[in-house]
Amino acid sequence: MKVLKKPKSIYDIFERKGGNAPKLTHYCAGCGHGIIHKLIGEVMDELEIQERSVMISPVGCAVFAYYYFNCGNVQTAHGRAPAVGTAISRAEKNSIVMSYQGDGDLASIGLNETMQSANRGEKLAVFFVNNTVYGMTGGQMAPTTLIGEKTITSQTGRDPLYAGYPMHMCELLDNLEAPVFIERVSLATPKSIRKAKIAIKKALKIQKEGKGYTFVEFLSPCPTNLKMDAEKSKEFIINQMEKEFPIKRFRDKSKEVEAIIRNKSDFSIENLDKIFGIDRSSDMEPVKDPNYNITNIKIAGFGGQGVLSAGLTLAQAACAEKKFVSWYPAYGPEQRGGTANCSVVIAGETIGSPVVDRPDVLIALNRPALERFAVEVKKRGTIFYDSRVGDFDCPEGVRCISVPVYEIANSQGVPKAINTAMLGVLMEFGKQSNNVLSNESFYQGITETFISKPKLIDKNIEILEAGAEWAKKNLNIKSKNKNKI
Amino acid sequence: MTKSKSKPQPYPIIYKNECKACERCIIGCKQEALKLSEDINDHGYHYVKYTGENCNGCGDCYYTCPEPLAIEVHIPKKKKSEKKSGKNPNLEMR
Repeated sequence: MKVLKKPKSIYDIFERKGGNAPKLTHYCAGCGHGIIHKLIGEVMDELEIQERSVMISPVGCAVFAYYYFNCGNVQTAHGRAPAVGTAISRAEKNSIVMSYQGDGDLASIGLNETMQSANRGEKLAVFFVNNTVYGMTGGQMAPTTLIGEKTITSQTGRDPLYAGYPMHMCELLDNLEAPVFIERVSLATPKSIRKAKIAIKKALKIQKEGKGYTFVEFLSPCPTNLKMDAEKSKEFIINQMEKEFPIKRFRDKSKEVEAIIRNKSDFSIENLDKIFGIDRSSDMEPVKDPNYNITNIKIAGFGGQGVLSAGLTLAQAACAEKKFVSWYPAYGPEQRGGTANCSVVIAGETIGSPVVDRPDVLIALNRPALERFAVEVKKRGTIFYDSRVGDFDCPEGVRCISVPVYEIANSQGVPKAINTAMLGVLMEFGKQSNNVLSNESFYQGITETFISKPKLIDKNIEILEAGAEWAKKNLNIKSKNKNKI
Repeated sequence: MTKSKSKPQPYPIIYKNECKACERCIIGCKQEALKLSEDINDHGYHYVKYTGENCNGCGDCYYTCPEPLAIEVHIPKKKKSEKKSGKNPNLEMR
């Protein structure tokens, strides 16, 4: 005796659903979802892939697909099944990932991700349930709603002048290179349902063989929201949906393509250290120093002046002294020409916030930066600015030092390196005020910053020294200056 | 349920409490062997019943039914393969 009955990949009792009817689905009478669930379950049985399968439930009526499928299950945010599916299929190479989505989830909010994942040829079996209407939320117009079709948000029928035309997902995806298999099937009659099963089997066989992206669209009945009985919804599918969305196998490249084998990603600490040039042999752990008062520095200018890298060099120098350090960049969207600034905090204990609202020291490399941040500098703070800014009204109680950084850098043959020249001034200033950061630490900072351009290291150290030399001659701050670096 | 004693006939088993009376199987059955009940099941739905005749074991009702646990179709094997059927007693025990 042969028995046609529930496949074993569908649970015997829907315990996750619970309630007083744990053997009934949560779907409305006559809904297509249960039919598709059963077909997918049968194919999982026949291909013996239950143990490898992961079903991704969408947002929509099928949000509870995990009540029914006895396999791995994930329920994702609205429209994000392709992203989650991508992750699972790449991380678990042996998995067979099915993304089960409705027309709201796949064709509206998730349209972009659907197209991108198809274009990447992810190893995903996408099952797209098209019933021309939003079911879960109560029958609103969907991207797939037919022209003239009445829904509660298209009360006089969908008007393309207002709401565009029905979205043809198979046809859209058929423009892409990567998908392996694309077919549209119908659930109108038992005969077409059997054809749908063949499409599902094709798609899952391609997944079993790891060959790439497959897409099956089901024209499915929603008797509740279309306000039809079973007979009328069958006629609706045959006479209207199938006219707009032709039943067709758009593509089957399963015989031509090979299994996808991607290079293995190496996220080991050793490999990452190599990529980012991290040397773990040197002990960089900061040491607590309660006697050291926190120092806040802001460096500002326009993008391309080396504002951020000067801050980074300073931060590296402080790291070399085993201080607690933060470096916090802020810049506009443009690589060059916009405004840029960074905040560096150097402390003797854990830093609460990397944001510097009131700097002890401001380095301003152009006038807008100087005018914007000078007012924020603490009383008795110090401002260093590029002498080319010209006349400037220094805030009361703040020391303002005009530095001919351009001349200093130019004298070393690298007029661009005004940031390093300024750092040299800062180095000498720090030495005279509290002598916390040694010259060697600054050299190390330069070395770290230019590690990918080793030719520039020596030159920058020369420029640093030239800046310090200028400061020695022109700064006299051994007095009672409380500011420190 | 089967009419003929001489030859085993195919037949559906319908679990009445798993039926929501959508009538897809009644529409789908070419043999017109299914009908809707007069009374209601435990959940308050009418349910589909086998008339007791004419099932040809095509399985259309099973495939078109949206409730995975509602319908089974039992199909006797054809004569050629009847010998093999002894190998799989589990199926019959259910």
